[in-house]
Amino acid sequence: MKTSRTAAAVAAAALTAVGLAACSDDEPDDGRTHITVTIDAGLEQDAIDAFEKRIAQFEDANPDIAVETQEYTWTAGTFTAQLAGGTLPDVFVVPFTDGRGLIERGQIADIGDLTADLPYREDYNPNIAAAGEDPEGDMWAIPIAAYGQGLHYNRTLFTEAGLDPDAPPTTWDEVRAAADQIAEETGEAGYAVMTNDNTGGWILTTVVNALGGRTDDGGGNATIDTPAMRRALDDLQTMRWADDSMGDNFLYDWGTINQEFASGRIGMYVSGGGNYGNLFTQNALDPDDYGLTVLPLADDPNAGVLGGGTLAAVSPNASAEGQAAAVKWIDFYYMEKLTVEEAAVADAEVKFETGQPVGAPELPVFDKDTYDQVQTWIAEYVNVPVDQMAPYTDQVFDQQLLNEPVTATQEVYGILDTVVQTVLTDENADVDALLETAQTQAQAALDAA
Amino acid sequence: MTTHDTRPAGVTGTRARPLPAARPGRPGGLLARARGGLPTLVFLAPMLVIFGVFSWLPIGRAVVMSFQRTNLVTDPQWVGLANFQQVFADPLLWTAVQNTAYFAVLALLFGYPIPLVAAILMSEVRKMRGLFSALAYLPVVVPPVVAVLLWKLFYDAGEDGVFNTILGWVGIGPVAWLQGADIVMPALVLEATWAAAGGTVIIYLAALTGVDPSLYEAAEIDGAGVWHKLWHITLPQLRGILLITFILQIIGTAQVFLEPFLFTDGGPANRTLTLLLLIYRYAFTNSLGGDYGAAAALSLLLAGVLSVFSALYFRLTRSWSSS
Repeated sequence: MKTSRTAAAVAAAALTAVGLAACSDDEPDDGRTHITVTIDAGLEQDAIDAFEKRIAQFEDANPDIAVETQEYTWTAGTFTAQLAGGTLPDVFVVPFTDGRGLIERGQIADIGDLTADLPYREDYNPNIAAAGEDPEGDMWAIPIAAYGQGLHYNRTLFTEAGLDPDAPPTTWDEVRAAADQIAEETGEAGYAVMTNDNTGGWILTTVVNALGGRTDDGGGNATIDTPAMRRALDDLQTMRWADDSMGDNFLYDWGTINQEFASGRIGMYVSGGGNYGNLFTQNALDPDDYGLTVLPLADDPNAGVLGGGTLAAVSPNASAEGQAAAVKWIDFYYMEKLTVEEAAVADAEVKFETGQPVGAPELPVFDKDTYDQVQTWIAEYVNVPVDQMAPYTDQVFDQQLLNEPVTATQEVYGILDTVVQTVLTDENADVDALLETAQTQAQAALDAA
Repeated sequence: MTTHDTRPAGVTGTRARPLPAARPGRPGGLLARARGGLPTLVFLAPMLVIFGVFSWLPIGRAVVMSFQRTNLVTDPQWVGLANFQQVFADPLLWTAVQNTAYFAVLALLFGYPIPLVAAILMSEVRKMRGLFSALAYLPVVVPPVVAVLLWKLFYDAGEDGVFNTILGWVGIGPVAWLQGADIVMPALVLEATWAAAGGTVIIYLAALTGVDPSLYEAAEIDGAGVWHKLWHITLPQLRGILLITFILQIIGTAQVFLEPFLFTDGGPANRTLTLLLLIYRYAFTNSLGGDYGAAAALSLLLAGVLSVFSALYFRLTRSWSSS
């Protein structure tokens, strides 16, 4: 009896040990450097196949590196948790807004020495490069794409409403009128805005910028309570309550508004000009529905289109070899297609063959000439409806491009989320009081940053 | 002999025999006190390790973090009580307290009696009782996130939303379930009650089987009706369970997170911002590394308030539960 009890006890202890051992990290010891890289979550199988094809090409060219994928989509909440928990892939992407802060706090790997050797390091547009640089000018995070906000619209709903899809609105009054007509004629939301997860503030800031306003003066002072902000909120209030042209849902974030737009339930919305890829690959947008135009800018020298972009960064947990391999991957996967003809064509070819969009509009990270050059290399593979995006691509390069605020950006966006939500869900919302509160809160956020 | 003597032990624990006290005079020490010696400890070890690593260690860590400023990547700094001061200075704290209290009260009004009524009705059913309890329990089996996504369709604010279609048949609506400032919280409570009631129903059903049928027979002979039996036999017999489910409900609703997070993310305009969602926001909505110190501080405050409340509750109700 005693023996069997002891044996059982030993077995229990052994099981515990095995259980704990299973929690430990185990990297295969095959002499290669293993890195995990980012693949968008929720891709269609074709897109996953295309991605894996690129990995195979990379591993052929770099036999000492093994690449594994990890699903990842940047959202403020999940990114913070992954960053704190150390579960980010070795290579991940973040928006321009976060670059400076992550670098200051040492939350991404310092790859300044590695990026200094990249052949195109000096060719970056200085404004774009700054998003990934520390105060000494070392590039810790590599800008891989840039965009300007645009007005996405559904051509089919435009037609059904009796509007000309080739002549999208060019002023905010026309946006309002078109939204009203779409809602009236089709029963769908004429115009919708994001409101959740800090995106409400992001889009409100975009519209305020287009009207010539800013949310801070760049010197640590919040400028929320301004005529441009009032105008933006008045327009929302009118469309929501007087015209009733904004549909029934007022709790959208970036992902859900894309879904609703792709499913044909939204006439117009403001988001990044490069959204076509997500709409098509993750939300099954019918390309015939799609239209894209520039944001209407007020007749004001300060009016501009809010820009942004994507940085590729490396986890601070990666080893020195891992960091070097990660930079090689960023160079291979994200950058060569922007600089080397062979790579640009290879990337476009893979995407074309697997039915992925090629040629969705972006802004140049280097200069306009390099960007135009790439477009000519890949011209034969372009499969997106470029004519339907012409109202955007023909004009966006002439618009003044504005950077996102750099201090307490997400906090201020979060404060403005509440303002937008209140205006859209409370018919008697007091805009003056809302702006006064938001101004105080935003100033506190800037002071604390 | 009182009727209480026939009640099975364990329902309220009052009939359980006390464990014999440790024998005096024996040498102390953990091994000696843990009867059974080394094997007992070895058998305990897996649970101790699991609880230690996954429960007690994080709790201890949270206490430490509430006095630190940390982004969990670089070295933390000690900041004393600054995190607590920051939490108390946040105007959203009082919004969150009010919203959480509102949710708890609504959940108590709807969520507390419904399972009890359902369980009593089910226990009266002679046929297919198993089927009814399975149906009541079904929502508990649905993964919570799936349930919320399903209810989002029900709550679609358009005329073609499921609930609005039904209301449309009788000429009401459409109702902006999740967008309306006044209706949104009751809407969340409705889903939460639907999702959780089944578990409580099963507990009540189990407790009802422990009620001695002879009590009802005796009452019937004395001419008692349904209400008298319910009031004088069923409810007093369930008293212990009712007191426990009451406090569990309060603790559970004070920590409501899933519904506001998935349905509305705290909106519209913070109308469904609850304490746990505020903790989440402190920790995770600033993508540059959240304010984990403030999140830990508010978590501790909430845990403290709930602990004090529970202790007071058990003290005040001790005489009721052990009559």
